[in-house]
Amino acid sequence: MRSKTAKTISWVFIAIMLVFTYLPIIILIIFSFAPESKAIGNWAKITWSFDLYAQLFSSQEILTAILNTFILALSSSLLATILGTVGAVGIQQLGKKSKMLVNGMSQITVINADIVTGAAFMLFFTLFPTGFNGFPALIISHTIISMPYVLLSVMPRLTQLNPNLYEAGLDLGAKPMRTLMTVIMPQLIPGMISGFGLAFTLSLDDYVISKFINGNVQTISTLIYSATKKGIPPVWRAVSSLMFIVVLIILIFINVKGKKKEKGGLL
Amino acid sequence: MKPKFKRTYFAFPYALLCVLFVVVPLIIMLVFACTDFEGNFTLNNFGYFFTESETQIVLLKSVGTALLATVICFLLAYPLAYILASSPFNKTAILVMLFIIPMWINSLLRIYATRTFFEMIGIERGYLAVVIGLVYDFLPFMLLPIYTSLNNMDKSFLEASYDLGANPITSFLKVTFPLSMPGVVSGILMVFMPAISTIGITEMLGNKDVYLFGNLINDYLGEFYTWNIGAAYSFIMLILIAVSMLVANRFGDKESNVRGGTI
Repeated sequence: MRSKTAKTISWVFIAIMLVFTYLPIIILIIFSFAPESKAIGNWAKITWSFDLYAQLFSSQEILTAILNTFILALSSSLLATILGTVGAVGIQQLGKKSKMLVNGMSQITVINADIVTGAAFMLFFTLFPTGFNGFPALIISHTIISMPYVLLSVMPRLTQLNPNLYEAGLDLGAKPMRTLMTVIMPQLIPGMISGFGLAFTLSLDDYVISKFINGNVQTISTLIYSATKKGIPPVWRAVSSLMFIVVLIILIFINVKGKKKEKGGLL
Repeated sequence: MKPKFKRTYFAFPYALLCVLFVVVPLIIMLVFACTDFEGNFTLNNFGYFFTESETQIVLLKSVGTALLATVICFLLAYPLAYILASSPFNKTAILVMLFIIPMWINSLLRIYATRTFFEMIGIERGYLAVVIGLVYDFLPFMLLPIYTSLNNMDKSFLEASYDLGANPITSFLKVTFPLSMPGVVSGILMVFMPAISTIGITEMLGNKDVYLFGNLINDYLGEFYTWNIGAAYSFIMLILIAVSMLVANRFGDKESNVRGGTI
């Protein structure tokens, strides 16, 4: 009897928390089909339409921002995945002290507040020629902040690997590079995928660092951030809804892929 | 003969990039913090912080707000994690996943969703909205590490405690809770750290009265003639974060903090 009540209370609590988590997002998606900004809260007066989506697809500014966001996320997370994975293979072989040093440096941006990282990047990039702010600065900074996450997702796999695998490759006559590419790398793919996913979402998410160094390049995050003070136009309801759906699809994709390779994908 | 290839060579590009784009920028920031607009050495930028009581109040308010959000997140996330990790709810990972998914959605857009929602139900922009927004945004980051540590807990400890005659409450306080401490600590860090330095949530959900340390730094960095002060205040923030990290590491086991940070 008692455990039954406990179970009911648990379910109610879970339900309330789920509503708390998803209600704002669902409301936003529903109202992305209601073009009037004032209509919110008054359901009867709403005329449902795809106007906001039409606005979205005719706004050069927003479309460019979406394109920029994905170019940036894709290039920085690819770079971060390569650098982080290669780094992990090397760092794992380092002596105790140098390992601690490199790991320590790589943890700085993970622990640090975004605004401090952003400030440091901004002041640092003032030393570069004008015109560096924009894509070059964005790609560098996003790669740098994502690298540690790739390292952290690849490292556990790497330490679990049988250390004799590499030696076996060499003994069988393969060159070190070939051994790494054909024996070690394939074992790291699940870690690389989740590292890539982390890097990608990290890049999509960032506005604090980006807004200091974006020059003339706007991403979705920097664009909505700069609109905050003036009041955000309703078209952003459509942009947000679209982004929620895209992230959801990416998540499902990565999880299904990750699950096939190894139990316990990304989440 | 060719020099022997070593796998440690692979660590060089990574280490080099860390030095060049993590350590050097921080040094540049320190140089800015310790110089005036003309480039002469001065410690005045840090001095402003200690002489202007307004700035100290902003910092205290930030710490207070971040603590409040952290406590609320903990009070909501712990029972939730406990329920989700308990046997009847833990058969599939789907429930947990539902709570974790928002972590992957652009936080600014989620905050915008909250703002739209608040407008609809009539919550005014201001301090209350900011606190709810912080809780909303960071709850998954508290939930996940606590859930992970509860889920990975060796259940035989709990059985032993029952066998030795402890009641459920004593068992929870003496066995389950202490064993979940690493998750709790990393959850607290993952909420407190971003909450103390947030700028987007205060700007989206707050009004003129909600002005936290992140916003202060942001405003100083916004004008190039106050960059030096902004750099100094960024350093104060960095020190604050380092201190919270050290305090947290005294309570939780180090390894799990790092792991909590990855997921």
